Amino acid sequence: MNKLKLPLAAAALIALPAVGFAQETDVTPSNAEIGYILTTFMFLVTGVLVFWMAAGFTMLEAGLVRGKNVTMQLTKNMGLFSLAAIAYYAVGYNLMYPGDGWSINGILGAFSMTSLEPVGLADTETDLTYASVGSDYFFQLMFCAATASIVSGAMAERVKLWPFLIFVIILTAFIYPIQASWKWGGGFLQEMGFQDFAGSTVVHSVGGWAALVGALILGPRIGKYKDGKTIPMPGSNLPLATLGTFILWMGWFGFNGGSQLYMDTAANVADISRIFSNTNAAAAGGAVAAMLLTQTLYRKPDLTMILNGALAGLVSITAEPLTPSLGLATLIGAAGGVIVVLVVPLLDKFKIDDVVGAIPVHLGAGIFGTLVVPLSNTDASFFVQLKSVVIVGLFVSIVSAIVWLALKAIVGIRVSEEDEINGLDMAELGMEAYPEFSKG
Amino acid sequence: MKMIIAAIKPFKLEEVREALTDIGVAGLMVTEIKGFGAQAGHTEIYRGAEYEVNFVPKMKLEIVVAADQADQVVKTITNTARTGKIGDGKIFVLDVSQAVRVRTGETDLEAL
Repeated sequence: MNKLKLPLAAAALIALPAVGFAQETDVTPSNAEIGYILTTFMFLVTGVLVFWMAAGFTMLEAGLVRGKNVTMQLTKNMGLFSLAAIAYYAVGYNLMYPGDGWSINGILGAFSMTSLEPVGLADTETDLTYASVGSDYFFQLMFCAATASIVSGAMAERVKLWPFLIFVIILTAFIYPIQASWKWGGGFLQEMGFQDFAGSTVVHSVGGWAALVGALILGPRIGKYKDGKTIPMPGSNLPLATLGTFILWMGWFGFNGGSQLYMDTAANVADISRIFSNTNAAAAGGAVAAMLLTQTLYRKPDLTMILNGALAGLVSITAEPLTPSLGLATLIGAAGGVIVVLVVPLLDKFKIDDVVGAIPVHLGAGIFGTLVVPLSNTDASFFVQLKSVVIVGLFVSIVSAIVWLALKAIVGIRVSEEDEINGLDMAELGMEAYPEFSKG
Repeated sequence: MKMIIAAIKPFKLEEVREALTDIGVAGLMVTEIKGFGAQAGHTEIYRGAEYEVNFVPKMKLEIVVAADQADQVVKTITNTARTGKIGDGKIFVLDVSQAVRVRTGETDLEAL
């Protein structure tokens, strides 16, 4: 503390001439401001980490689609993130966090655009118990964009660019914020006692439901299912898919850690540390479980399943990353990894073609993670968790289905057979990701 | 002159090249190929879906030598590329009617 005070005193001395005869200026923030400063800073840093998950999703998807669709997958990810940012600013944020301004109490939030604090907090009485609106908006926007990223992977290699982006706008402006307000905006699920720390249900299963409904309406890729058999369509670049998974893993520390929402006390900092460690443990558990299970079932470990396993571990712990022990977190993550390995072939049986495994990872593990919260959190009840999963699932599935069916009827959502076989890169963009290599 | 065409297991390529250099073979052509023979294919699993791999990767060597050296080349390849397991490959010997060295215009044995 003394070390810190010296330079501050020196700074105050230097500042003295400028203020003339004024008393020695104390530039140390007041105690009341320190919590506000640290929490705001925490949101900005963890928000950047969650932002970086957009890169993770993009690399994962670019690696798991075939070479002829890589540029399209990159384009969709750039488009969806940027559109989500605009939609969340224009509609989503206040719909999700209406404060006292609900349009329908506890169900439908406020319709207004996001506005930040004035420059330098001029002429405002700031509530110093939380964080700046700017940092909160920035952090929450990244979650909204993550939801849209989930959908793009499942529908890859056959969905048209613009109809997909229209769906993204509706998802990020309305579907995600409305259901998120029910929990995080203080709506009726919150009142009911639903526990979802960082969004196994609110974020991941929502993306998963939208992806499932979208994949069902869109249909499988040409040639994926023939004579009752599943034809593998190996990804174009496993190093990119692995890099993407590690980026997501890293971003998740911000996703779960930042969801502590406060960094103003020693207790909160300790909790954030627990969350970081548990999040990591669950990812490791998921990866190891998928590795062992694919080795046992298929005689060889399957890298793409191990990547999905790590992500399923992360999704599973997201509903409650704080209260479990490291051991329980590892086990919850491992169960997520098992779910992925079992659900991937199950979806193939029903001819639901999910290119990157988004549905098993985000929906399967998302539901599981939400339901096991009561294992370590005594405030949670299994029945309330289950009821909330069903309510959110029904809402997202029905609205998504209406939007996809409307888009299908009006503009069509699927490229032509010839375009699909030639690849979306050349057909829709006229640009290849790897022009110097032969087509995949 | 004879041309020896050999399909061998890819990991045996370096060993075979060294053995052929040792017996005085001055050049050879190599192509990565896929094909099937007695080994046929095998099944692999990707994301839980089993699929047939009908064509197995092999290396194809093409070597042109004087007719009296052909037997030695065939024997050398056979001995070096053999693992004793299925899929070791095949060797074919063909007659060659002409050879020309592009740089000098030399023909036949002088061109090899």
